[in-house]
Amino acid sequence: MAKNIIEKVWESHVVHREEGKPDLLYIDLHLIHEVTSPQAFEGLRLAGRKVRRPDLCFATMDHNVPTKDIFTINDPIAKKQINTLAKNCEEFGIQLADIGHPDQGIVHVIGPELGLTQPGKTIVCGDSHTSTHGAFGALAFGIGTSEVEHVLSTQTLWQNKPKTLEIRVNGKLGFGVTAKDIILAIIAKWGVGLGTGHIIEFTGEAIRNLSMEERMTICNMSIEAGAKAGLISPDEKTVEFLRGRRFAPKEEFDKAAEYWLSLASDPGCTYDKVLEIDASEIEPYVTWGTNPSMGTGITGHVPTADDYESETDKQALRKALEYMGLEEGQPITSIEIQHVFIGSCTNSRLSDLRTAAQIVKGKKVAPGVRAIVVPGSHSVKKAAEEEGLDKIFIEAGFEWRNSGCSACLGMNEDIIPAGERCASTSNRNFEGRQGAGARTHLVSPAMAAAAAIEGRFVDVREYLKQEQEA
Amino acid sequence: MEPINVVKSVIAPLDRKNVDTDQIISKEFLKRIERTGFGKYLFYHWRYDENGNEIPDFVLNKPEYKEAKILVAQDNFGCGSSREHAPWAILDYGFRVIIAPSFADIFHNNCFKNGILPVKLKEEEVDEILAKGLQKPYTVEVNLSEQTVTGEDGAVYHFNIDPYYKEMLLNGWDEIALTFKYEDEIKAYEEKRVVFK
Repeated sequence: MAKNIIEKVWESHVVHREEGKPDLLYIDLHLIHEVTSPQAFEGLRLAGRKVRRPDLCFATMDHNVPTKDIFTINDPIAKKQINTLAKNCEEFGIQLADIGHPDQGIVHVIGPELGLTQPGKTIVCGDSHTSTHGAFGALAFGIGTSEVEHVLSTQTLWQNKPKTLEIRVNGKLGFGVTAKDIILAIIAKWGVGLGTGHIIEFTGEAIRNLSMEERMTICNMSIEAGAKAGLISPDEKTVEFLRGRRFAPKEEFDKAAEYWLSLASDPGCTYDKVLEIDASEIEPYVTWGTNPSMGTGITGHVPTADDYESETDKQALRKALEYMGLEEGQPITSIEIQHVFIGSCTNSRLSDLRTAAQIVKGKKVAPGVRAIVVPGSHSVKKAAEEEGLDKIFIEAGFEWRNSGCSACLGMNEDIIPAGERCASTSNRNFEGRQGAGARTHLVSPAMAAAAAIEGRFVDVREYLKQEQEA
Repeated sequence: MEPINVVKSVIAPLDRKNVDTDQIISKEFLKRIERTGFGKYLFYHWRYDENGNEIPDFVLNKPEYKEAKILVAQDNFGCGSSREHAPWAILDYGFRVIIAPSFADIFHNNCFKNGILPVKLKEEEVDEILAKGLQKPYTVEVNLSEQTVTGEDGAVYHFNIDPYYKEMLLNGWDEIALTFKYEDEIKAYEEKRVVFK
């Protein structure tokens, strides 16, 4: 019978199945960072338990790390958390890419970069954006700290099998429209609860045409659609991305590749639910509200209360606009920004930085705008510097930083002040996400770069066209 | 984990959809390495203004809801970040039950690991309970064995719950100890696992 990739990967990881219980699933890769792991290791110690498979764990520091002077952590509580991870990794024999290590970076950037992320693997991490690794056809999902402890001690997890949802992105993307715009458009169309209880497979011509890095952007935000995980069937692009990576198979690479490709969803397979969207109709997106579904195309307006039927929704709109300091019906292009953040596990890879650099090259950041670029990993930073991207950004007036989660969630010093507005390439525009009272607008790297130069949101398509004509 | 079966208290009505875990526990409180002590930071930026004074309009600051052990909210409660600090804060504050039409998946899972009962009721039922609770303090009894929510006015609402998680909550089981019983099967799986060199 024709099977989809979700069923194939799930079924191949069931250790124990019994009526009335969730499945006991084997976990192939456990990624660890400093914020969601200390209580799990402490739990092991208190119960006198060991890490069952330290060889299947990989740890790094990303959430708390400073991006200016990486070795100076001023916050003593953050410093303690960082030191705790280092101690735990040493005690339990887990590989760690510490601050300053050439492999350090955002956990969801380094997994693929090192070739740890592979098709068909089950991958977990105490971080909701673990869905990023689904771009490779891995079944990857975020877990809580109790589950981190469970995986550390048993290398398994009890999981109820979610339903399957196919989101077919048909047709071709327009000029200047990116993967970020696809996922923001999907969430705006169907809401932040669209994927609850489901694993999404993204399919269709527009998805096949995306690079691996762009696919990661899409899968990364599956969680913002409420899904357990989001993935994309592997193809030749997946195989080529992994060839030669440090943790990818070596002598058996061809055999592995053959297996990976066999995991792709079979023609004629079915899903519990199917949604379709036309890529050619998607515009560059900007969010105007306080959850990722509150967004619209750049040619659009902030909605009005009349656009909603229920009183709860009208109320939610008013609350969001009050927080964001916006008016009902205001054109998106009238929104002025004071900050630009290019970074995060959604959009901090080399191709993201290239796109942004191309737009800002030879220009200057608008007066009154503070713009920072935070590469996703130490290797991304190094590769960007080899191409001279750092110089382009610095000459344009951007700050060029070291890798980490940074202003996506502001656990380090990279915080947006209250009442100020940020064009951000990250994934969440929740109240206070980038700092208490900060106002976040989610956009693609191209849109963020153009906003940095103009000091307000502009249609990057027009911008690119003018460039070409000039 | 503390077992849970019957919880009776006034409800705290939080009439909001999509309450994300960033609101439940803000990032500045995630740096601690303990599991306890998060209750005072629960909904911090909704509870306190920039000077640290209570915002009187917020539900948890109203004297009539101070003793609530049952939180009632709208759709998609607990969306966003996987931070288990969110259920830790909810539990540490004193809540044992959350009633909502739907929960985000990771948060839902995290509740079961901490002895918090997430009760899913139909949207119209939650609307009804919220309306009653917003009008005047409304006490309900949540019974996990019976899978019921019974209001002080005699209204009864039934809920469904996964039988595995129900047992776990009723008994306060340590899931890891349970999983160790499957050690032989885990070993057998590891022996036949596909690994490419």
